[in-house]
Amino acid sequence: MSLYRQVTEKPWNQVGLPDGIEARPTFQVPDQKVALVLFVIVACVLFSLLTVSYYLRIAWGAGDWVPVSEPATLWVNTGVLVACSAVLQWSLIQARRQEAIRLTSMAGLLFVAGGLLTLVFIAGQYTAWQILIGGGYTLQSNPANAFFYLLTGVHILHLAGGLWVWTKALFHMSSGAKAGDSRLSIELCTWYWHFLLLVWFGLFYVLSTT
Amino acid sequence: MAYVPLADQDDPHALHDPHSFITKYVWSQDHKVIAIQYGGTAIFVGLIALGLSILMRLQLGFPDSISWIDPAFYYQAVTMHGMIMVVYLLTALFLGGFGNYLIPLMCGTRDMVFPFLNMLSFWFYLLSVIILLASFFVTGGPAGAGWTLYAPQSITAGTPGSGGGMLLMLISLAVFIVAFTMGGLNYVTTILQARTRGMTLMRMPLSIWGIFTATVLGLFAFPALLVSAIMLGFDLVLGTSFFMPAMMQLGEQSTQDGGSPILFQHLFWFFGHPEVYIVALPAFGLVSDVIATHARKNIFGYRMMVWAIIAIGGLSFLVWAHHMYVSGMNPYFGFFFATTTLIIAVPTALKVYNWVLTLWQGNIRLNTPMLFAIGFIFTFVHGGLTGLFLGNVIIDVPLADTYFVVAHFHMVMGVSPVLVLYAALYHWYPKMTGRMYNETMGKVHFWCTFLGTYAIYLPMHYLGFLGVPRRYYEMGNTDFVPATAQALNANITIAAIFVATAQVLFFINIFMSLRKEKDAGGNPWGATTLEWQTPDTPPKHGNWGPELPTVYRWAYDYSVPGAKQDFIPQNEPGEEYEKTFHTRGHS
Repeated sequence: MSLYRQVTEKPWNQVGLPDGIEARPTFQVPDQKVALVLFVIVACVLFSLLTVSYYLRIAWGAGDWVPVSEPATLWVNTGVLVACSAVLQWSLIQARRQEAIRLTSMAGLLFVAGGLLTLVFIAGQYTAWQILIGGGYTLQSNPANAFFYLLTGVHILHLAGGLWVWTKALFHMSSGAKAGDSRLSIELCTWYWHFLLLVWFGLFYVLSTT
Repeated sequence: MAYVPLADQDDPHALHDPHSFITKYVWSQDHKVIAIQYGGTAIFVGLIALGLSILMRLQLGFPDSISWIDPAFYYQAVTMHGMIMVVYLLTALFLGGFGNYLIPLMCGTRDMVFPFLNMLSFWFYLLSVIILLASFFVTGGPAGAGWTLYAPQSITAGTPGSGGGMLLMLISLAVFIVAFTMGGLNYVTTILQARTRGMTLMRMPLSIWGIFTATVLGLFAFPALLVSAIMLGFDLVLGTSFFMPAMMQLGEQSTQDGGSPILFQHLFWFFGHPEVYIVALPAFGLVSDVIATHARKNIFGYRMMVWAIIAIGGLSFLVWAHHMYVSGMNPYFGFFFATTTLIIAVPTALKVYNWVLTLWQGNIRLNTPMLFAIGFIFTFVHGGLTGLFLGNVIIDVPLADTYFVVAHFHMVMGVSPVLVLYAALYHWYPKMTGRMYNETMGKVHFWCTFLGTYAIYLPMHYLGFLGVPRRYYEMGNTDFVPATAQALNANITIAAIFVATAQVLFFINIFMSLRKEKDAGGNPWGATTLEWQTPDTPPKHGNWGPELPTVYRWAYDYSVPGAKQDFIPQNEPGEEYEKTFHTRGHS
């Protein structure tokens, strides 16, 4: 493993430019991709800590936990989020085939559709909140409800952050950015959406089993 | 897709070259300007925190000498002093300040890989500072439940600043975490991806290793603070009960119940302990470079130093509950954390030995940065040893709420990092400004600070043994404490005022030297690392002129036998090694 080899070499023994020491990054990918992976790891830590707090509140609380009966809308929303990821993946496949990426091309249109579907998901989550509030599951009445709103809310905030980047990408695409840059934007958005889909699967499992 | 890293983009005009005053000094995307903005802001809030500590000391040393220091204000001063020093001064100055300044220069790049994000990071940090300081002006004043913000105390009516002050504190922390995450992603990506030709990971100076590992720690640890801040904010504003147990509040049964205060403590310390190393690791790195440069010797055990930094970083996530021995935890749980705490002392001690062995038979130049660096070794060993005591459950339990703890953590993460900050500020001042500071004034500043802080914190250990409780506004029914303790307390206060006043010397020095002192030249210390080899001092925008440097050797070629000078810069090829890779005869 080269990273291991790198941190075990004896630098005081080596003078000059050994073969292979080019001005090349540690990971052979664009900087933006490294930053995204780092951010995804940070977000993983955040969601893990929230989940741990969730279980510890059940274990250490005063036994006041009343599970939420999740509205069926959540299944519809899950379907919408799966569709988001699928559409974005399709957009990425198209983007890799196309020479130029315009907003009106296949990849561009699919990319727009992915973002719009995300808005539908967020609206759907809002509907789920309304149903819960209508059923008396208010934020204050039980910690299970509070966690439901907190976890779904943080997830939506992450999607909103993604949509901000998505909007910027659309703006660049419409003002004639280079195909390589657009392709990278689409790829990064797609990865991020897949990640948030996995997070949602995890959260949905946690929320509906307790 | 052809990928061109920033390091390869040789044309400086391809970068965001600023022209107007506003883009050059205010909305700047240049890492050096951002570093100085970060540093200036951090030092400014640090001075406020210093002022608060003097007010606290006046109350403790000379009770009721200042009429407007009431118990509420005292607790608010304690809280704000702690939070500002740990988060808004030390974290911001080491990573936002020195991280920003040194990463591109030491790695041989023109700037951070995401300059816009870097700028945004500073402005978010400034916003968080403004929000924090605004809490001094809201009804009820700033938060006053201690910097640990333990629930339910911190948000219960009756605690000073439990309303608006606390809310602003939580918002400020959240904004700070956003700022840190933007900066942190930048630092890590720059170090991993943008190093210049020849700069392998193991040729990086230890400063970069320290800053790099600390940033990774911060990226993993700050989410825990964010989670606890969000949940505490919900409990405070929206009336949820994540942490709030059933309790009587101002004579009435609270509407919140069932929450777990211990959960808050775990979340807080899961951030809080790595935070210690977020401050310590950059200090370890910077002090290593200062010591090697001014001892004219290569750092002893470079690889071990790197691995120790990584090991400390990893272990720092496994020791958090040693802050919670008196929270009523399971003894086996405490035993586990006592063990990990002792294990983390191993790589830390290794670093101390290596610093001392670097000094051994070195050609030591006792100038101001070196004095501060050696002072750091003393205070750090001192604070580290008391840490071994407090890390053991049975010794911690009787000492937990006494001044022994105050003495310990101020020695190990107050005085020690601050001494390194001064060492680093004096050491890199000639590069940042192109001027040399006044050496005599610097030395006077060192001796006042070093001896003065010992006069403050050494007696506190004895106060701790006497059982003087910490966090108390005044001594109440504490007959077991002899009356002489108050004399000691008064002396500590005098020493504290002396040390605080002596810091004026530093500010006089750096501002006067800008005008008066002589031109420093590009490399006044004869240092090997890349930041001293820039074509201009202070480095211009883009750092390196038309061509990026190439690195041919590690960062510590001091006093190499047979070399013309007692240092060989990293970017010097050397005659016999011109083009090919070469392994030296000796090891």
